Amino acid sequence: MLKTIAILLDGLNYSAWLFLVAVGLTLIYGVMRILNIAHGAFYAIGAYSCATALGLYYSAGLPEAGAFLVMALVAVVVGMLVGLAIERGVLRHLYGQDEVLMVLITYALFLILEDSVKLIWGVESYFAFKPYAYFGFIDVGGLPYQVYDLLMVGLAVVLGVGLWIWLTRTRTGRLMTAVVADREISAAMGVNVTFIFATTFAVGTALAVVGGVATAPKIAVTPGIGVEVIILAFAVVVIGGLGSIPGAAIGALFAGYARAASVHLAPEFELFAIYAVMALVLAIRPHGLFARTDGRKI
Amino acid sequence: MKYLGKMLAAAASAAVLVGGIATAEQEKKPLKIGIPVFLSGAAAGPFGLPERKAAELVIDALNAGKVPAPYTKIGVNGRKIAPTFVDEAADAPTEYRALVEREKVEVVVGYTSSGKCKAIAPLAEELKAFTVFIDCGTPQIFEEIVTKPKFLFRTGPTATPDNVGAARYLVDSGIDLSRVAGINQNYAWGQDSWRDFSTSLAALGVKSKIVDKQFPKIFAGEYGAEVSSLLTSTPTVVHTSFWGGDLEAFVLQSAPRGLFARTRVVMTTGEALFPRLAKDIPEGAIVGARGPFSIFAPDTELARWFAKAYEEKYGESPTYPAWKMAQALFGVKAAYEAAGVDATPEEAAAALVGLEFEAPAGIVKMAIGNGHQAIQSIAYGVYKLGADGKPTVEKVRTYKAECVNPPNGMTSAKWIAAGFPGAKCK
Repeated sequence: MLKTIAILLDGLNYSAWLFLVAVGLTLIYGVMRILNIAHGAFYAIGAYSCATALGLYYSAGLPEAGAFLVMALVAVVVGMLVGLAIERGVLRHLYGQDEVLMVLITYALFLILEDSVKLIWGVESYFAFKPYAYFGFIDVGGLPYQVYDLLMVGLAVVLGVGLWIWLTRTRTGRLMTAVVADREISAAMGVNVTFIFATTFAVGTALAVVGGVATAPKIAVTPGIGVEVIILAFAVVVIGGLGSIPGAAIGALFAGYARAASVHLAPEFELFAIYAVMALVLAIRPHGLFARTDGRKI
Repeated sequence: MKYLGKMLAAAASAAVLVGGIATAEQEKKPLKIGIPVFLSGAAAGPFGLPERKAAELVIDALNAGKVPAPYTKIGVNGRKIAPTFVDEAADAPTEYRALVEREKVEVVVGYTSSGKCKAIAPLAEELKAFTVFIDCGTPQIFEEIVTKPKFLFRTGPTATPDNVGAARYLVDSGIDLSRVAGINQNYAWGQDSWRDFSTSLAALGVKSKIVDKQFPKIFAGEYGAEVSSLLTSTPTVVHTSFWGGDLEAFVLQSAPRGLFARTRVVMTTGEALFPRLAKDIPEGAIVGARGPFSIFAPDTELARWFAKAYEEKYGESPTYPAWKMAQALFGVKAAYEAAGVDATPEEAAAALVGLEFEAPAGIVKMAIGNGHQAIQSIAYGVYKLGADGKPTVEKVRTYKAECVNPPNGMTSAKWIAAGFPGAKCK
């Protein structure tokens, strides 16, 4: 019974984390058709920025609860700034290029940003673990579980639902959907595609930074964390279907529960549990579970 | 004619003089050492940086002749040491080839990761390059990969004494071993460590039930599900050989959930946490330092010098990776000087076979792996934060090198399975 509870909670927790780190990737691909390898570097920048900001905050002797406000500020400010800088500085000059070329360009960006992180923060680990312990743990049927982990599930749900409402219920969101459907026609109809692209990339980047900020209190923030994340994020969005937000959520749940079940029931298979699910899904649905069917342009 | 004789004499004198200068120059030719350590990636902070710092400290001190006995002679045989640092996180075989073939280093001293060591070991023999591994614990290096070594050495002990020592410590301390679990990284280091630990318990006659064994991917960083699994399987002891950022993340994630309060956790590399997480390591955790390093080091002049010089230069205590780097460099110096004033790398390598030399962590015996693998004692203790806020250990037990290492010619796995034949523990 306890194991079942553990699998349910761990699966949910890991799925939430996977969704947080993957949703920005799928948003950017969905709107801009850019498979953004630099996403992992944005996550790392978020984690490092969070660790630095919290270090400064705590050293000033300010109340611990305020740390969560600092984390939110870091996520929004750093995410938007980095996203806009990359989009305005690099990507806008390259729109319309082949998708494969964009993969190479974002890979180059990833390498540059990874080295920039090392230049700025060095190679020592950074710690920002006070928020993780702040709420303590609750006992779920005999299993101690960190409240922070459950809050991450809440954050993932709020972000997922918020994103869905934004895309389907707001003017900007609907314009994004129009751009997804057909960039040229949207532009011809007067949609400011440049603005949509810049907004999308900034929001997608901010989502990656949110993932890094939310994860920083749980880990040792070290060089290379972005590499691990980008691989997992790709697996999730491929399972769900590239460009689909509900797909990212379902993909995260599939991958999260596959890993949690494996850890508890067959730890030897943990290493490839997520990739086994990915292979299975792709064998049945080669474009992922929620891939949009593209109309054939003539 | 008389003039011609004077000319000839002068020419002869000049030739002798030039020859003398040339010899002196040759003697002064620096000893080029390639040093691959992690300069990037998750292992850089806890391993690569202290290793690099230790290398720079020891090399500077040797070049200045400021190391206490028995290493008072300047440099190596009077030759200054010229180090070249490269990043172990890069493509290790390519970097290694570049060091040996392009940079023409005489000796390579480095490598922390067992994975990297496994890749470099056959290459060292193929290129006939004098190579000294400083850390990388997998016993496979001389047991399976290079069974007839000539140029390859490891001056740090394997993982076997870590895990045999941990098992002995738990048994001798009377800790409840009825339900045992492990969490180790899924590659040679983690798998070998768990194998040696779990089989050692059986060989010591402990009737344990293995209730959980987790093997997450190296550098995974997120261990929520693994910690849940460890908590739900209710072990009395958890063994981990995690290192670097993984160990730090594991402690940060498991301690708040009460894992350390519910069970005894033994961390074979726990000492590396001391400088930066001293206040966050739960008291009662059982920690090792992969040998008689750091807080477990003997009280010798060389040990005191190294610890003091490191603290003065860098403002922090050296962790075990720093001690192991210093150990390897002193091993190389001892080998060259044992081989003679004009020793070549081949002669120095031959001299290191079976050598016993002094290091800051005491006497190192190149006793197994046909004289290419070091053995040393191992110590464990219970972690406690000192009143001054500094990390300490109590209830320390030390096991002799011959108690926790297999004899030469026998693999660790077979030695443990056979019940430690020939072990000298008294």
